[in-house]
Amino acid sequence: MKNFFDIDRWQEIWITITHNKSRSVMTAFGVFWGMFMLVLMVGAGNALKKGIMSEIEGFAVNSCFFWTQRTGKAYRGFQKGRSWQIRNNDITVIRQRVPELQYLSPMLFGGNTSDQNNVVRGEYGGSFELNGSYPEANEIQTNRMLFGRYINDIDIEGKRKVCVIGERVYEVLFPKKENPLGSTIRINGIYFQIVGVSQALSSASIGGDPKTTIVLPFTTMQQTFNQGDVVHFVAATAKPGIKVKVVQDKIAATLRDLHQIAADDKEGVGSVNVEDQFMMFNNLGLGITALIWIVGLGTLFAGAIGISNIMLVTVRERTKEIGVRRALGATPSNIVGQILTESIVLTILAGIGGIVLGVGILSAVGLALSQGDQFFKDPQISFTTGIGALFILAVIGTLAGFIPAQRAMMIKPIEAIREE
Amino acid sequence: MIKLRNINKSYRTEAISLHVLKGIDLDIRQGEYVSIMGVSGSGKSTLLNILGILDTYDTGEYRLNGTLIKDLSEKQAAHYRNELIGFVFQSFNLINFKNALENVALPLYYKDIGRKKRNAMAMEALDKMGLKDWAHHLPSELSGGQKQRVAIARAMISNPKVILADEPTGALDSKTTVEMMGVLTDLNRQGITMIIVTHESSVASVTNRVIHLRDGIIEKDEPFVQEQKI
Repeated sequence: MKNFFDIDRWQEIWITITHNKSRSVMTAFGVFWGMFMLVLMVGAGNALKKGIMSEIEGFAVNSCFFWTQRTGKAYRGFQKGRSWQIRNNDITVIRQRVPELQYLSPMLFGGNTSDQNNVVRGEYGGSFELNGSYPEANEIQTNRMLFGRYINDIDIEGKRKVCVIGERVYEVLFPKKENPLGSTIRINGIYFQIVGVSQALSSASIGGDPKTTIVLPFTTMQQTFNQGDVVHFVAATAKPGIKVKVVQDKIAATLRDLHQIAADDKEGVGSVNVEDQFMMFNNLGLGITALIWIVGLGTLFAGAIGISNIMLVTVRERTKEIGVRRALGATPSNIVGQILTESIVLTILAGIGGIVLGVGILSAVGLALSQGDQFFKDPQISFTTGIGALFILAVIGTLAGFIPAQRAMMIKPIEAIREE
Repeated sequence: MIKLRNINKSYRTEAISLHVLKGIDLDIRQGEYVSIMGVSGSGKSTLLNILGILDTYDTGEYRLNGTLIKDLSEKQAAHYRNELIGFVFQSFNLINFKNALENVALPLYYKDIGRKKRNAMAMEALDKMGLKDWAHHLPSELSGGQKQRVAIARAMISNPKVILADEPTGALDSKTTVEMMGVLTDLNRQGITMIIVTHESSVASVTNRVIHLRDGIIEKDEPFVQEQKI
C-alpha cells in the first residue's frame, strides 16, 4: 500500500474526483448541506445564548432582591391584601439578623413628576428616572465608570447633593461630550453635582434602564424628595461560599416577622435571586445547545448516509474501472485505500465548503444585527467548534466510505474482462 | 515460460457443476507467438483468465516464469500481474476519465514509480505507438484503433514477459485489424511472449502457433509454418 502522505496517491484521488465533477458534487452535497445547517444553527444558538446571558451579565450571581407586595394571607388580625412599606429600621435589623449577607443596599426609585423635562442643564434637558442607592449597589450590579466615581460612603453620611448619571443622560445633557465632572444639573427642581458617568454592563435593570437613570445617594434622595424612612427595594448578596437562597430566605423571613406577615405567606414579600435566574437561563442555553447538536449531527449523519449510498452506486458503476485497476496490479488494499480516501476527501471538502458558507452567512447576519436587538447577539461559531466539526467530518467520511470500500474490494479483476 | 499441467476448472452453482477446463497441458516458451482459438463456450476465456491470474483453477499446476501460481493471496496475484503480464482487451478497457497518458501510466502507479518518471515512460510508450500527439486526449476522443494502441502501450509499460490479448481486434474494422496485428507482431519480434485469444482465423494465421480448444480440452495444437502465411 502506498504511503498515506505520498503525493502521487493524492494526485490519483484528485484526478478521480475532479474528472467526475457531477458525480463528486452529487456525492458531496449531503455533507455540504448538513455542515452548513449545523454551522448556521450552532451560530444562531450561540447568539441566542449570548443574548440571554447578556441580560444578567453584570449582576452578581449570588444577589437577591426584595420589594413589597400586598399580603396574601390574613394574619394576627390583619386582613389579607394589606399594603406595607419597608423602612430604614428594617435594613438595620436585617444587617443584625443575617450575618451571611455580604452587600446590602436599600433603594429608592423616582421619576419625572412633572410633564416637562425633570432634568435640566442650561439649555439641555430630558426626562429621566432616579434611583437612590448605597455604594454597595455597585457591587451587586456592576457599572463601568466612563467618568469619575460611583456614590461613596461620604455622600451617604453627609447626604450630599451629588449624582451619577447614566450614559444616555450624559449624551443628552452633554451633546458636545465635554467633561461632566463638577457640573451641576437640576433634578426635579433641586441642583446636584455630577461625580460620575456610569455604563451598565447588563441590559437588564433594577427599576428602569440604567442608561437613562440618575443615581443619587440613598440618604440624600430620601430626605430631599420627602420620602421619610420608606425603602422601595432591597438588593443584597451572599458572602462567598454561602448559597444565595439561604440569604434570600432569611431576609424575607426577617421582613415578614417585622411587618406582621404570615411566615407561609408567599405573596407579601416579593423577591427573586439571580442564581435561580442564571440557572434557568443556563439550562435554557444547555437545552438549546443540545437540541442544535442533535438536529445538526442528525443532518450530518443523513448527509453521510447519502455519501455512502451514492458511493455504493458509483462503486457499482465503476466495477469495470476497478476491475481494470486490479488487472493492472492494484491490490485490494490499494482499492480500499482509494475509495476510503475519496470518501474522506469529498466529505472534508464538502464540509469545509459548508462551514465557510455558514460562517459567511453568520458574519453577514451578525453585521446586520450588530446595531439592533440584544436578544440575538454576535452569531458565530468558535474556532474549537470548527476544528471539532472537521474532526467529526473525517470520522464521518471514513464511516461513509467503509461499506462502499468493502464492496469495491470484493470486485475481482476478472470483472475487467467480462464483456457487457 | 508458461507450463500448464492437467489444469481443471469447474464453475459450481447450487444446482449444476460446469466442468469448463478438463485437464489442459500446455507449454509456451519465451518469445512464442501463440493464438488460442475456439468457439464460445470452449473454455478459451477461462484459460486466458487463469493464465492472467485473474481466476483460479481447481486442480493441476500452473507455472509462470518458474513460479508456481497457486493459492496466491490477492496481493501476490496483483504483484505478479503487475510484473509479468500485460493485458489487451477486446473493449480496450481504458479508464474513461483519464487521458491517454494517464491510462498508460497507471500500471506504474501501482508499481510505486514516481509521477515524473511515470509520465516520461508513458510518453515514450505512446510515442512508439505513434500517439504522442494524442497523449492528452480522453479515450472518448480517440478512434478504436487509437484506443487499442493506447491499451497496448499500457500493457507494455511495465515491461511484462507475456502479453495476453483477449479478442484484441474484436471491436475493430478489418483495415485496423491488419494494422493492429502488425503492432502485436512487432512486439513479438522484440522478444515478448504473445498469447492472443481469438475466433478469427485471419488473426490466428498471423501467429506462429495455433491452439484449438474444444469443450475444455486442447483439440489441436499446430505450429504455423512460415509458408502458410502469405
